[in-house]
Amino acid sequence: MIQISGVSINLFKPVLQFLLNRWILLILLGFVLIFSLLQPRFFSIYNFQNIGLHTTEVLILALGQTFVIISGGIDLSVGSVLGFSGITASLVMKTLWLNMYNPILSIGLGIIAGLTAGTVLGMMNGLLIVRLKVPPFIATLGMLGIARGGTYLLTAGASVVDLPPQLVILGSSKILGFLPIPILIALILAIVAHFLLSQTPFGRHTYAMGGSRRAASRAGIAIDKHTVLIYAFSGLLAAVSGVLVVARFVTGSPLAGANDELNSIAAVVIGGASLFGGTGNIFGSVAGALIIGVLLVGLIVVNVQPYWQMVAVGIILVLAVSVDQIRHRSKDEL
Amino acid sequence: MEKVSFDSWPGEVMGLVGDNGAGKSTLIKMISGVYVPEEGDIYWKGERINLTSPRNARELGIETIYQDLSLADNLEATANIFLGKELVKPILGGLLVILDKKTMFQKSKQILDQLEIEVDSVLTPVRDLSGGQRQSVAIARAIYWDAQLMIMDEPTAALGVKERNKVLDLVKALKNRGVSVIFISHNLLDIFAVTDRVVIMRRGIKAGEKITGKITEDEIIKMMIGSGL
Repeated sequence: MIQISGVSINLFKPVLQFLLNRWILLILLGFVLIFSLLQPRFFSIYNFQNIGLHTTEVLILALGQTFVIISGGIDLSVGSVLGFSGITASLVMKTLWLNMYNPILSIGLGIIAGLTAGTVLGMMNGLLIVRLKVPPFIATLGMLGIARGGTYLLTAGASVVDLPPQLVILGSSKILGFLPIPILIALILAIVAHFLLSQTPFGRHTYAMGGSRRAASRAGIAIDKHTVLIYAFSGLLAAVSGVLVVARFVTGSPLAGANDELNSIAAVVIGGASLFGGTGNIFGSVAGALIIGVLLVGLIVVNVQPYWQMVAVGIILVLAVSVDQIRHRSKDEL
Repeated sequence: MEKVSFDSWPGEVMGLVGDNGAGKSTLIKMISGVYVPEEGDIYWKGERINLTSPRNARELGIETIYQDLSLADNLEATANIFLGKELVKPILGGLLVILDKKTMFQKSKQILDQLEIEVDSVLTPVRDLSGGQRQSVAIARAIYWDAQLMIMDEPTAALGVKERNKVLDLVKALKNRGVSVIFISHNLLDIFAVTDRVVIMRRGIKAGEKITGKITEDEIIKMMIGSGL
């Protein structure tokens, strides 16, 4: 008995230290604890799968947004690009399938069409920024409207149904009996994004550009090309998320992705990135997306009115940034 | 800027002086690939060249240390020393290429030690270092890349006495290594301390060029602000 308590005391301190340095994780665990106490059904495999699925939509966007924000930019169009890509994919799938094509081929070609659409829109953002010198905020704000408007034009406002039912395999089946495919895809993308950002010259150049565009340029980094690539990457990821949304609901909705851009930015900022660029990482953004996901689903599970969700995300965002500012300011004042 | 001509030789420190707006920055930006001259030729080791970009200039061996140091403040010394020319290593049997952080760390410590530069931690973001330390990182970066022509823009501005002398010592060390240095400074004491030759600019033209040992402070100032005064 004495030996067992000895072991637990030795583990306690370093774990506490680890958690305090990553206070975001503490907040996340805190939320899970609170919601589980308020409603025991919260702490279940089914609910965590729910949270996971819900979160993947914003999490995948947050991966691309992380690169964009670290480089000193911002992408307000990701929600609309998600919707536009999803609609493009579903329209192609429906058209091909209804003309008696192979359902798997229809799905495959639809996915390619959707991913291409998102990447192209992302590239256009990048080109607007580097060629026409439009500030990222404005360029992507414009794209937000153009893509969302385009989505309504393509569908005349209606949802796209009549999609190959095999989509359910992509959207709802579970690997090993418990891990939904969309969550697996999100995890893989997160690992790839983390690797790209932390282990490659591309990632380092992204940080450098955020720290000082001038320094990056003078060091010989091709900042224009790099910028276009980053926004194209963000567009591609928005398209992946859009396609997964279509797969989950087996429907293409012109409303898909609305307001997701704000949540993706909130996730990245909660995760520790500065909107001025130069700092941030994938772990933080994933944690930020999870906090928002846990919060949103948690509020539903404990029966809080849905409109409080937007208020809650807003409060968390401001709190997270304030805490981060306080931590940085005290370092500066030393 | 108009019709400025000069030569730069290995193992020689050329001072470049001039009042604000004389064209010193414009001139060096043309040599470092930032601006493209409208007229005239640039020769490098006897061959006529076209400098198309900063990367192009660095590839030839022209390194520039700007007044603002052009360091990425959010990155640490190692990352800044290798910025734009990161060392990489292949993984997964050559399928992918990643940053070789270990080697970069070792080499940056080596070069900082060689230059007898003390940086508390090669791993802290450069924004947390002192002015002199930041300057040292910028110089270490240029030296590491075996600069053959090193352009230094106001390297001692905002430095304390000890750090200033350290920078001047580094310039002399560069000269002994056969590096060609263009040294821009408002501080005529520095000019007399390290340069072999001095080129004076005024309002976009070359007002004069003399061997440092054969010109006085007054003569330099007169050429900087124009005769008749």
